[in-house]
Amino acid sequence: MLRVKNLQVHYGMIHALRSVSVHVKEKEIVALIGGNGAGKTSLLTAVSGLIRTTSGEVALDGSDVTKEKADRIVRKGIAHVPEGRHVFKPLSVEDNLLLGAYHRFTWRTASVIRGEIERVYALFPVLGERRKQPAGTLSGGEQQMLVIGRALLSHPKVLLLDEPSMGLAPKVIREIFEHVARLRAERGMTILLVEQNARAALSIADRGYVLETGRVVLQGSSEELLANRDVQRAYLGRDAER
Amino acid sequence: MPFSSILQFIVSGVTVGATYGLTALGFTMIYNTTGIINFAQGEFVMLGGMLAVFSMKWGGLPLPVAVPLSVLLVTAVGVGVDRLTIRPMRGRPTVSLVIVTIGVAILLRGGAMLLFGKDTHSLPPFSEGPAIPIGGAALLPQSIWVLGITLAVLVAMKLFFDRTITGKAMLACACDRKAASLMGINVDVMVTVSFAFSALVGALGGVILAPITLTAYDVGILLGLKGFAACILGGLGNPFGAVAGGLIIGVLESLGAGFLSSGYKDAIAFVILLALLFLRPSGLFGKASADRV
Ligand SMILES: Nc1ncnc2c1ncn2[C@@H]1O[C@H](COP(=O)(O)OP(=O)(O)OP(=O)(O)O)[C@@H](O)[C@H]1O
Ligand SMILES: [Mg+2]
Repeated sequence: MLRVKNLQVHYGMIHALRSVSVHVKEKEIVALIGGNGAGKTSLLTAVSGLIRTTSGEVALDGSDVTKEKADRIVRKGIAHVPEGRHVFKPLSVEDNLLLGAYHRFTWRTASVIRGEIERVYALFPVLGERRKQPAGTLSGGEQQMLVIGRALLSHPKVLLLDEPSMGLAPKVIREIFEHVARLRAERGMTILLVEQNARAALSIADRGYVLETGRVVLQGSSEELLANRDVQRAYLGRDAER
Repeated sequence: MPFSSILQFIVSGVTVGATYGLTALGFTMIYNTTGIINFAQGEFVMLGGMLAVFSMKWGGLPLPVAVPLSVLLVTAVGVGVDRLTIRPMRGRPTVSLVIVTIGVAILLRGGAMLLFGKDTHSLPPFSEGPAIPIGGAALLPQSIWVLGITLAVLVAMKLFFDRTITGKAMLACACDRKAASLMGINVDVMVTVSFAFSALVGALGGVILAPITLTAYDVGILLGLKGFAACILGGLGNPFGAVAGGLIIGVLESLGAGFLSSGYKDAIAFVILLALLFLRPSGLFGKASADRV
């Protein structure tokens, strides 16, 4: 469904991605793990059109979207939940969700979209309770649910999630990951999940890639990666000791 | 001082204050979409009045044609300002963009001076008729135009930001450009639209004010600063606050001129502005921001 081929990204002199190839098949959850500065966020922002690529190709369902701008790419079916969540803080929870459906909103679709927003509330009841509240007043976990819900409202074919667990308590992280797993199980969503929290990510993913200094250094099924000595040492170390 | 004179000061203050409110609405529009304070807003107001005057003078157009023509031309100027100066600076810090708007203001003012000269001009009132007496004070028919148009723009803008998805999308652009573009919002287009709208609103203020207070190439400075003071007074970004702020400043100014001396008139807005910036930077009606880090 999503295919990234030989992607290169530069920030001035910094070579952030060095020929990265990654693919995600339909209804698959693929984890992308790696340490700080490995290039995970760069990969997602390049795919969603927020930054320019130097070379390489991004294709969705076989059609090339590499040169498109972000506001066009979401219309093609790639929804990006960015690192750091980026809710629209002064706007209400409901308006944040509504804006997720911005590109398909017309007089005719308005009532359908209202219904979909109610479905998001059913999925994340806490959002329903706070629908009128400014999004900036939500807790970190609630904001994460909000941005996932907001992305769903764009009717994506592929969902890109950048470190949904960042800055959250272990209990909340578990809850978020359960939701991510359910999105695939119940809605057949295709997901590319970027995480530093490698164990949690691989536990819900089918496959994974390990990114180091802008290169894919390892790839395989989640079981293979979880069993791999290098992965255990570098990314599962602290968990493994426990 | 007799009550009727006080009432008269209030009536004229409300009228002038409404145009400060309109100017403030122009500020609000751009601020809500970009987070920028557009210091060329006063020049949009000036251009509105001046272009109407000169399309009558030079073009021989009747008032009902000159006014909409001028508003349209200024709207086009607003689009031009965005395309030529703001869009190329996209991604720069807000402060740099604000400084760009100061440059644009100087440019527009200078251009108007070269083109139209330094004389003071006036437009005929929009409708004929005697002043309407209210409790000993007189309300000019033009004042009714001013109040009516201000009210209409206020209501339209409030509905736009509260009720339409495009309005919300504009607010989203100011909060977070990147996230807005991830929603499929074309941020560049939204910014252009906000400049067009605020130029339009500014020009409307300029043409309805010109029959009352006269206009010249340099009226934009004071109008802009007073509109800005009105915004700060009412809480930046809030349309009701902008108009209320404008009305308060207009009335205080008018009363101040009446009771103290007309020499102090223009100082009043700035005393208010400074006092507010020290005491209550979020404005009278502004909410403390709802951020949570
Ligand atoms: N806007 C930018 N300008 C310059 N350099 C950048 C920019 N964004 C990222 N980089 C650099 O590119 C490299 C990859 O960064 P990236 O954010 O993609 O890593 P990451 O894997 O997402 O890291 P983290 O886990 O900390 O979020 C880093 O060396 C980083 O310093
Ligand atoms: Mg990152």
